[in-house]
Amino acid sequence: MNRIEGHDKVTGRATYAAEYPVEGVTYAYPVQAEIARGRITSIDAAGALAMPGVLTVLSSEDPPELAPDADPELGLFQRREVAYRGQIVAAVVADTYENARAAARAVRVTYQEDPHDVRLRSDHPGLYRPEKVNPFYPADTEKGDVAAGLAAAAFTVDVTYTTPAMHNNPMEPHATLAVWSGDGDLTVYDATQGVSTARDMIAKTLGLPAERVRVVCRHVGGGFGAKGTIRPGTMLAVLAARAAGRPVKVALTRQQLFDVTGYRTPTIQRLRLGADADGRLTAVDHEVAEQSSTLIEFAEQTATPARTMYETPALRTAHRLVRLDVASPSWMRAPGECPGMYALESAMDELAIAVGMDPVELRVLNDPEVEPAGGRPFSSRNLVACLLEGARRFGWEGRDPTPGVRRQGRWLIGTGVASSTYPALRRPSQATATVENGGYVVRVAAVDLGTGARTALTRIAATTLGVPPEQVRVELGDSDLPAAPLAGGSMGTASWGSAVVAACEEALRDGKHGAADTTDAIKAQEDLARHSFGAQFARVRVDMDTGEVRVSHLLGIFAAGRIIDEKLARSQFVGGMTMGLGMALMEATVTDEEFGGFSNHDLAQYHVPVCADIERIDAAWIEEDDRHLNPMGAKGIGEIGIVGTAAAIGNAVYHATGIRVRDLPITPARLLA
Amino acid sequence: MRSFEYARAADPADAVARFRPGTMYLGGGTNLVDLMRLGVAEPEYLVDVSRLPLDRVEPDGEGLRVGAAVRNSDLGAHPLVRERYPMLARAVLSGASGQIRNMATVGGNLLQRTRCPYFQDVSKPCNKRLPGSGCPAIDGDHSNLAVLGHSTACVATHPSDMAVALAALDARVHVTGPGGDRVIPMPGLHRLPGDEPGRDTVLEPGELVTAVLLPAPPPGASRYRKVRERASFAFALVSIAAVLDVAGDGTVRECRIALGGVAHAPWRCERAEQALRGARAGEESFGRAADAELAQARPLPRNAHKVPLARNLIVRTLLELAP
Amino acid sequence: MEITLQVNGTRRTVEVDPRVSLLDLLRERLGLTGSKKGCDHGQCGACTVLIDGRRANACLALAVAQDGSDITTVEGLADGDRPHPLQAAFIEHDAFQCGYCTPGQLCSAAGMLAEGGPSAITDDLATDPALTAEEVRERMSGNLCRCGAYPNIVTAIVEVAR
Repeated sequence: MNRIEGHDKVTGRATYAAEYPVEGVTYAYPVQAEIARGRITSIDAAGALAMPGVLTVLSSEDPPELAPDADPELGLFQRREVAYRGQIVAAVVADTYENARAAARAVRVTYQEDPHDVRLRSDHPGLYRPEKVNPFYPADTEKGDVAAGLAAAAFTVDVTYTTPAMHNNPMEPHATLAVWSGDGDLTVYDATQGVSTARDMIAKTLGLPAERVRVVCRHVGGGFGAKGTIRPGTMLAVLAARAAGRPVKVALTRQQLFDVTGYRTPTIQRLRLGADADGRLTAVDHEVAEQSSTLIEFAEQTATPARTMYETPALRTAHRLVRLDVASPSWMRAPGECPGMYALESAMDELAIAVGMDPVELRVLNDPEVEPAGGRPFSSRNLVACLLEGARRFGWEGRDPTPGVRRQGRWLIGTGVASSTYPALRRPSQATATVENGGYVVRVAAVDLGTGARTALTRIAATTLGVPPEQVRVELGDSDLPAAPLAGGSMGTASWGSAVVAACEEALRDGKHGAADTTDAIKAQEDLARHSFGAQFARVRVDMDTGEVRVSHLLGIFAAGRIIDEKLARSQFVGGMTMGLGMALMEATVTDEEFGGFSNHDLAQYHVPVCADIERIDAAWIEEDDRHLNPMGAKGIGEIGIVGTAAAIGNAVYHATGIRVRDLPITPARLLA
Repeated sequence: MRSFEYARAADPADAVARFRPGTMYLGGGTNLVDLMRLGVAEPEYLVDVSRLPLDRVEPDGEGLRVGAAVRNSDLGAHPLVRERYPMLARAVLSGASGQIRNMATVGGNLLQRTRCPYFQDVSKPCNKRLPGSGCPAIDGDHSNLAVLGHSTACVATHPSDMAVALAALDARVHVTGPGGDRVIPMPGLHRLPGDEPGRDTVLEPGELVTAVLLPAPPPGASRYRKVRERASFAFALVSIAAVLDVAGDGTVRECRIALGGVAHAPWRCERAEQALRGARAGEESFGRAADAELAQARPLPRNAHKVPLARNLIVRTLLELAP
Repeated sequence: MEITLQVNGTRRTVEVDPRVSLLDLLRERLGLTGSKKGCDHGQCGACTVLIDGRRANACLALAVAQDGSDITTVEGLADGDRPHPLQAAFIEHDAFQCGYCTPGQLCSAAGMLAEGGPSAITDDLATDPALTAEEVRERMSGNLCRCGAYPNIVTAIVEVAR
């Protein structure tokens, strides 16, 4: 089905956060810390205040009133301590964007600078075991005897993979337009993945009841996790509007996104695998070192996919975190699974080579009956079917594993495979369905960040109601609608859709109106391991004179429950794989060890794939009938596409060249080293 | 961005007459506006030269005269450039994006500034931006900075593709200024940083590029090749413009080699050219020539890959050009 | 300074601060928010408009320097109620997800189709090559799409180019 909002998007009529016309709008521009650690000794705003158009300057010289328990990232201007370079320490509000930005440079901040520590290393003395990793998993798990499993193995792999810091870089930079009414109610037009969540967070930070705050987000220019929860820019607009007594717009620059909107933590991952003579795993040990800021504990769940993937008598997973003088990391598409599966699936490729076994076969051989850690049964698991179907379509059979021997002109050719997985969860949601003007209006505070939520929910409602989609109008993107969880964790459609189905069923019974809340239904569901799976195949060519890598073909086969809309689903899978290609070959944010912060912070220096990088990507799926998920039988598809792509490409680069690059991204510099 | 005055110049003489300290000439703006927004460039007076009547590509004797205001896309698409200087056309088309090539002028392309991350970040020191403040790139993020001709003050690279081809073509840059008109040969417009990295070129204050003259195309086969981290729309890690003319007996009659992405200026490989003239064309002599050139390379800890990359590019490109 | 522009066929005379970009003029002053700001430095293409018929990054164009120019934004691509063939093809081929790069992709594609000439990947620079998928990919590389809709964008453009 074509996207419902397609016409609005191709004509420029779709309205994003910074674009709502508001009378008397003013502009706030942040001043950012120029040290990585220390204390602000003074902030002199006199020069800025004297500049044309300037209305006010916010800073910790006069801390705005907030709830005492405000989150340290969101509680702007409350503290004099600087936790990372780029942290927002002041802001100027002015009549135009140009005046605000010019005046921001005139704010004089002086610091007492302390030595900083911004480098993640596997032997960092500050590494510790967090209480849990995101969102609620144990930091460590252990079953069986890993040492014994490795000692008894006929083949072992002991390798360390690293992934760099990566930035989501949605095309729309974070933007917020905040409008206070005369009686103290707040309306926030925000680029966010969750209007209910944003409303609750804003209200909590301000110490206001949630009903005094309304968040509107009809269209959002991508997020990939970066807009999952509100970021400091949102609060800046809210506080600046309160201080200035005028509506305030904050549109962060691309450079500022790198500092204050989160990123994927760099990881250092040690994988130890053991296999017997037949290739059956005897032990898996996955240990991860990663970072968070001194402000918050954000513990990426990097080793968790090893708990799901392969049958092994001995399995250990462990996360270690160090708090550095760095910006707070956050969610980026498939947090945990994405970097973790890169390392695990690369190590599996190395194990296949060590055993002398085809890497598809190795994975099929080690497919588990129940979840390897914990032993829960799967609601459905079709990894093997994906691997076999992918191998068939890709022409994998008869592949010569010898590396570095296939040449076409200046290119060496290679192929690689990796598995994908992502949890299939859902959160409680509300929704209503109402008969209006001869059709139905479905209301749910969901957000469509490009996933196609508006279209998918329309189809879900129409199917439930037994009417054509044209007779259903879905209203979303407004926190005044029935409360709903954010679009994240590949849970959006499953969560909102469950409530929409229930509301529509009730409306059918009632004849006029139905309202649903899925909280109890979700609490009551069976304790099963719910995951989607997939297999990705890559064909690459490498020029060993220059180190250039081109991906000639990517194929992904997924098992993700029932696919609600084929056209939208394909776009989601292909989009995830495209981002995975970026991760494999070009994406990296470089920590500036001397000054703190990141040295590359724009789209000329942080490379994401361009059109010319994407030659051929095919995505397909196998039919999966899983009755243990939700009324739609659907698993989320927003994230699994990126999981495994980088490993498939890295494995193909090895097959092409015989060079195993264990540090992403695989750049010419690394191949020529 | 600091406030400034803006005026559109009527002709080159008018532009020069308007020049005073704090003035910058505005061409397509694709780098200057970018730098103004970052606070790196803070002109008080912008004199717009983008619409000067310097927008023609026309034959000039055996060569071609390219006006300074010619848009990059028009240069790359010009039939005479494509036919007679395909290396230049390919270099221009390899730069930036279709949109930027539509805006960027030939003069502006020559005078664009380094994309060194420290130069572009006004919160950090940089000798090029703030003389005497230091060069953090030397111990920091220099993975795409210079391996040749850099100094202890600056390791920046010049980012242009077009200039690399012009350096190989022995182009001449015509300028006008308060002191009159003059002609500057390529290479020769761009400087090495030495202890004065703030100066990218030999231009004097107020001088305005009016045209680039291309001499008759050199005999032989030519090629421009660019290596970057993604397939398009990225600055070069290393690029090469090469011309090779091999005599009937298999010896090199003439050759021109220029590298991009390796130095503060387009790097003309004079030592390699010297080593090749009269030598038998082939992998061995090409390798020796590349080694002769790159013996001067002084890679930094995190850009050592540029040396083998440059060597491979020289050898591979010359092999492709050899009959 | 006072400047006059022709915007989507309408003459607009406005007083602008010389610091204002064409993009900010369109978005903040003229109510034309279709053109998007993704990077403000010419690195993403979301702001692409047609200036005198040629695609350009509106973020790098100072508004004052465009005095007298003819500007077409995504709002001006359609012929009245009839969508531009590129707009229709983008919808049909699902050539976008979040939609934020889309106006720039569309204006860029419209400008690109009018350009002709070779690209950096054209084998024989003396010829005007056919607009194959490979040529379109190279020519559209100034427009980033983080959702990864590239294959569908290329399909849509190639279809219109035929």
